[in-house]
Amino acid sequence: MKLAQWQEGFRDWLTTGSATSADAFGDRAWPGLTVYQNNYRTQLVTCLEVSYPQLLRRVGEGNFRNAAMAHIDAHPPRGWTLDTYGADFVDTLVALFPRNPDLHELAWIEWSLSEAFVAPDASPLAREALWSVNWDEARLRLTPSLRHRVATTNADDVWSALQNDADSVPDGEMLDVAGALVVWRQGFHSRLRRLDADDDAALRLAIGKGHFAAMCDTLVMRLGEEAGVARAGALLADWLDAGIVVGVDD
Amino acid sequence: MFTPPPPFSGYGLGLRKEHYRDFLDGDVPVDFVEVISENFMVDGGQPRDILRRVGEKHPVALHGVSMSIGSADGVDIAYLRRLKALADEVQPLFVSDHLSWSRVAGFSSHDLLPVPYTEEALALVCRNIEVAQDVLGRSMLFENPSSYVAFDGATMSEWEFLAEMSKRTGCGLLLDVNNVFVSASNHGFDTHAFLRGIPAARVRQVHLAGHSQGPGLLIDTHDQPVCDDVWALYRTAMSLLGPVATMIERDDAIPPLAELLDELDIARGLGTVAREAA
Ligand SMILES: [Fe+2]
Repeated sequence: MKLAQWQEGFRDWLTTGSATSADAFGDRAWPGLTVYQNNYRTQLVTCLEVSYPQLLRRVGEGNFRNAAMAHIDAHPPRGWTLDTYGADFVDTLVALFPRNPDLHELAWIEWSLSEAFVAPDASPLAREALWSVNWDEARLRLTPSLRHRVATTNADDVWSALQNDADSVPDGEMLDVAGALVVWRQGFHSRLRRLDADDDAALRLAIGKGHFAAMCDTLVMRLGEEAGVARAGALLADWLDAGIVVGVDD
Repeated sequence: MFTPPPPFSGYGLGLRKEHYRDFLDGDVPVDFVEVISENFMVDGGQPRDILRRVGEKHPVALHGVSMSIGSADGVDIAYLRRLKALADEVQPLFVSDHLSWSRVAGFSSHDLLPVPYTEEALALVCRNIEVAQDVLGRSMLFENPSSYVAFDGATMSEWEFLAEMSKRTGCGLLLDVNNVFVSASNHGFDTHAFLRGIPAARVRQVHLAGHSQGPGLLIDTHDQPVCDDVWALYRTAMSLLGPVATMIERDDAIPPLAELLDELDIARGLGTVAREAA
């Protein structure tokens, strides 16, 4: 048998566990094939458990295991690193728990936090660098660790309660008004925040590399002249402190 | 281009998360640490920082699990370039991976799957090693993995394969004594034939680890202390090979650092006896 064929046969055995794929290896191979099959699945389940610890607590071990098995069957790993294996686990959750956007958002939070943890480094911007900025032309440069999505549920409150081992963890609930979830890394720590619709509108402009002036205009439109300008200033200060903004280009 | 590593580099431990603080804050009596390369082949953040800081205190060996040197598809050049970037930064004592495969046709098993010991596989593995060493700009070490399935059509033993592979490519060997023990028990070969069959001068590093009894097979679990049989085999290996950089691998049920250092002292004692005899 050619090596490529033999390796494809081994893959078929790992991904399907079917007796036909095992036959090609001979009777004596059976106990060993079982070890490899077990190692393969155990490792992927563990990888998902480590990537989604609070989701695991939220749905319970049985549900999580079923979701993990369904995921492993539908999404055999492709990348060289296990770190990326759980990236599309949320697709499986959407299929298995279609009425639970809180779980989908909880999964997004956990995945984004782990991505942010090893995202490229960026040093925070010194305040002095802002003195000479031409604000008419300025665009904010955001940290490469920033992850952003629509928030429709209180998944961030759920995650925080679970993460801090709080005495009571809130039920999943829809938000009255949709906002956004933002994850990034500050120093070595991954951070999570929920933004209201106004701040989110401003951040979306910054993510789209819009001018800071356009951000101000948007906030003025939403909040009125005085409050809009004040919010733009406050957001900039806050994002600088938090390490969300790491540069200003003008 | 190839920089041969120093002939003997003492006694080390695998650097694991549970012991980061010990290594960062204290003065751990090891001669080197070994890290899993892939854990540090990331863009940024704390892992790279920790490796930088530990690397200022101890020489570092890079040990990979994803090179898949036995893939019929060839090696992954993007992976190799990433590893090279890490190696260029770390300036490691050794860069190693396993004589195994994990990738085929876009699928990656993330397990160290066995290579059939045939001429076809040998030619392919050698070609892959040459590409890898070329991209990295340094020679590598390859480790004998624990295996649970043997290929029916094998035309040579594992040690004959390793010997020929290192002869053709100039690569070094990482001898995992526990894996020899586990594979010998699973496939019924003689551990001493293995140790006598590999080229002593090519063995640059040794792994010691614990295993478990599975249903009908021994399983390489790295979750317990090195057992007496493996210590005995290590003693034999040292008498045949002379002193070789040795470390203990523990990946699960990780005990306090002091326990691993005690285990490492046993290796140090056996190695010193072998060194004096040499
Ligand atoms: Fe090993």
